[in-house]
Amino acid sequence: MKIEGKVWMFGDHVDTDLIIPARYLNVSDKNELAKHCFADLRPEFIKEVGVGDIVVAGINFGCGSSREQAPLAMKTAGVGAVIAKSFARIFYRNAFNIGFPVLESEEVPEQVREGDSVSLDLSKGEIVGIEQDKHFYARPIPDFMRDILKAGGLVEYLKKR
Amino acid sequence: MPMTITEKILAEHAGREAVSPGELVQVDVDLALANDITAPLAIDVFDRLGAREVFDREKIALVPDHFVPNKDIESAQQVKVTREFARKHRIKHFFELGETGIEHVILPEKGLITPGDLIIGADSHTCTYGALGAFSAGVGSTDLGAILATGKTWLKVPATIKLVYEGELSPWVGGKDLILYTLGLLGVSGAVYHSLEFTGEVTEGLSMSQRFTMANMAVEAGAKNGIFEPDEITKEYMEERSDRSGNFLKSDLDACYENKFKIRVDDMEPQVALPHSPDNIRPISEVDPVVLDQVFLGSCTNGRLEDLRDAARLLEGRKVADGVRFIVIPGSPSIYREAIKEGIVETLLDVGAVIGPPCCGPCLGGHMGILAEGERALSTSNRNFVGRMGHPKSEVYLSSPVVAAASAVIGRIASPEDL
Repeated sequence: MKIEGKVWMFGDHVDTDLIIPARYLNVSDKNELAKHCFADLRPEFIKEVGVGDIVVAGINFGCGSSREQAPLAMKTAGVGAVIAKSFARIFYRNAFNIGFPVLESEEVPEQVREGDSVSLDLSKGEIVGIEQDKHFYARPIPDFMRDILKAGGLVEYLKKR
Repeated sequence: MPMTITEKILAEHAGREAVSPGELVQVDVDLALANDITAPLAIDVFDRLGAREVFDREKIALVPDHFVPNKDIESAQQVKVTREFARKHRIKHFFELGETGIEHVILPEKGLITPGDLIIGADSHTCTYGALGAFSAGVGSTDLGAILATGKTWLKVPATIKLVYEGELSPWVGGKDLILYTLGLLGVSGAVYHSLEFTGEVTEGLSMSQRFTMANMAVEAGAKNGIFEPDEITKEYMEERSDRSGNFLKSDLDACYENKFKIRVDDMEPQVALPHSPDNIRPISEVDPVVLDQVFLGSCTNGRLEDLRDAARLLEGRKVADGVRFIVIPGSPSIYREAIKEGIVETLLDVGAVIGPPCCGPCLGGHMGILAEGERALSTSNRNFVGRMGHPKSEVYLSSPVVAAASAVIGRIASPEDL
């Protein structure tokens, strides 16, 4: 499970209204939702994001509403993973449930910059900053959560069992 | 083993003698909830799981409240999906227009929640029911979809932060001010993964309405749940609404808390959250007299009868300031009806308010009362993030109903004392 992409830097307390404003939640189609990812905060995001790009942020990423449309919009837009110092509880759970990798690291948000190249190895929790030529390790997660990610989400995980 | 009320409810629903913070437990869900925004995705998960039957048609509540009456074709489709699922599975608690209102106002009002219950909802403000001494937490649609099929979910037992409110509240200061003050103290990530337990002599005197307001905003500190120990006030509320008596649990005196905060309330003023975060709190005397374009009284935080009554009492015989749009939305049809009976609706109409049908309204910037660029609103709701109520360059301030009412009349953010 390897992911490689460009870094998009965000600050602390990025709330789910910023990830996808509520006015776009009148549909459930993930491709429609993806069109409005970060619409108010960074209107250029959806035009420029590449498959596998990594969102890097500070503390409490995904705070606010329970809308699963937030990680779903990011995942569908092509975002490979989020690396943040910490996550809001519901967002964190939603991300695993839809098979969208989110990793906790204190170091990465301090050391990488916008536009840097980063590669991730999810099975090891290893993050490589190409420009920095540095290896970082995300906070470990329990095996069953890694299995949910590997399966592609909770539905696929439960069906396999 | 001594336990908090939250730990006791989780232990009981996990079929265990005791649980302690950090443990992962599988629990039985007494009531599963979704709304018009979160239900369609949860239903999709239910179908993809290959589930044929819901776990219990009487333990599921589906409440269209965010974009109703349907605001556009897309919203109508979302409600249609929810309605068809409810019909197919004979869901007992599907609320059609005319019966529907704000989920977190309706469910307690209908007696669907009793003390000691465990409620999981696909809405972050599901934590509201902690006011009744229940454990309730928000999740996303996938978790809820799995619960619709199985009636079970897994949870990490949260450590508890105890909040002890002491002293005597001043006039014009109530539950909303207490929770805003507390958010200023804890910050928006101050209680992530934690339980907040609201205690102390002040909470013992609070009405159910004010307890709902406080528990509602526990999630604004990142908390998993917020909870009050049920008491005589809870019992009285339940007796009028439910056949079930509930399980009136209390925290053990020697229960373990990760942290405790003592909050003296004697000198507390009405509190206001400034843009763009619910922890950006100032006492009203330190808030600039910001000129307002809109005032909103309603939401799952403050759309209850007592909120409307408090505002109306203050507004009797007055007029909304020029240039202010005053939107009032009763949280449920029965609140609406009672507000008509008591003359509250007439008072508010005379003041110059517009009264909307029971729903979430402008709180989340999707329907009825959206802000234009550069506009400023004072709202009794729970969030004031960037763009929450409309244009990304609009601003939202949060307050209690009485501050909102006074501000609507004065035309800028003001204290009831200024009237």
